[in-house]
Amino acid sequence: MQTRRDVFQAIADPTRREIINLIAYQSLNLNAIAENFEVSRPAISQHIKILTECGLIVIKKQGRERYCEVRLGQLNEVSQWIERYRQLWDRQFGRLDDLLEEMKEKTRKKK
Amino acid sequence: MATKNQTKVVAEPGRQELFITREFEAPRELVFKAFTDPDLLTRWLGPCDMTMRIDVMEPGDGGYWRFVHIDQKGNEYGFHGVTHEVAAPERVIRTFEFEGLPEKGHVAMETAIFEALPGDRTRVTVQSVFRSVADRDGMVQSGMERGVVDSHQKLDEILATELQLG
Repeated sequence: MQTRRDVFQAIADPTRREIINLIAYQSLNLNAIAENFEVSRPAISQHIKILTECGLIVIKKQGRERYCEVRLGQLNEVSQWIERYRQLWDRQFGRLDDLLEEMKEKTRKKK
Repeated sequence: MATKNQTKVVAEPGRQELFITREFEAPRELVFKAFTDPDLLTRWLGPCDMTMRIDVMEPGDGGYWRFVHIDQKGNEYGFHGVTHEVAAPERVIRTFEFEGLPEKGHVAMETAIFEALPGDRTRVTVQSVFRSVADRDGMVQSGMERGVVDSHQKLDEILATELQLG
């Protein structure tokens, strides 16, 4: 089976979500990231590899250091994905609101 | 009516379920009826630009149901399943399958819970549990037209809430 490498796979893991939050506003190198987690450095390294493959972060070289930088654009795919679905239901429920008003009116008249 | 109630969708990454929550300015009996009476259901269910036809909707536990949504070009999109339990006015549990998928068997189980709130209001929570994360993501994605993303949302807005929008 082909390994799934997209934004949904990237954020499926809580540690990876924390990594993204951590480097959202400042690029950090691998050591600095690993210091924030209980799990081993190789494990963090693996998560960063997956995040890179999913296009959510890029590695930038500065001198001898390699910094991880977030690419937020990818996440729009997720937010828009859910938001469209939500809007679909929101429009249906808007019609249901109208129907319920009508039903309430009828109930009142019967009394 | 005052401000419109918000529709909330929760689909956490990597899970097989999703939740849709909405409150209504009507007593529970009426909301339950609007969800279960075929004549009322066709008046609100389905995408705005489609009409809806109920092929079958057998009442009560074990009843078979099949709905068809028809777009403006006349294309039909069928859904069917079996009602597991109708516990008026609190709960409806049913299976749900979209017939337009490339292969059969991608069934979801839907539980709709109707909660009575003070002031003759009602909260409806629909939980859909899918056979896989991919099935769930596919279902959500089918409800979205592809478009150009031009607005950059802040990361913390998206992740801090773990995709709880609404």
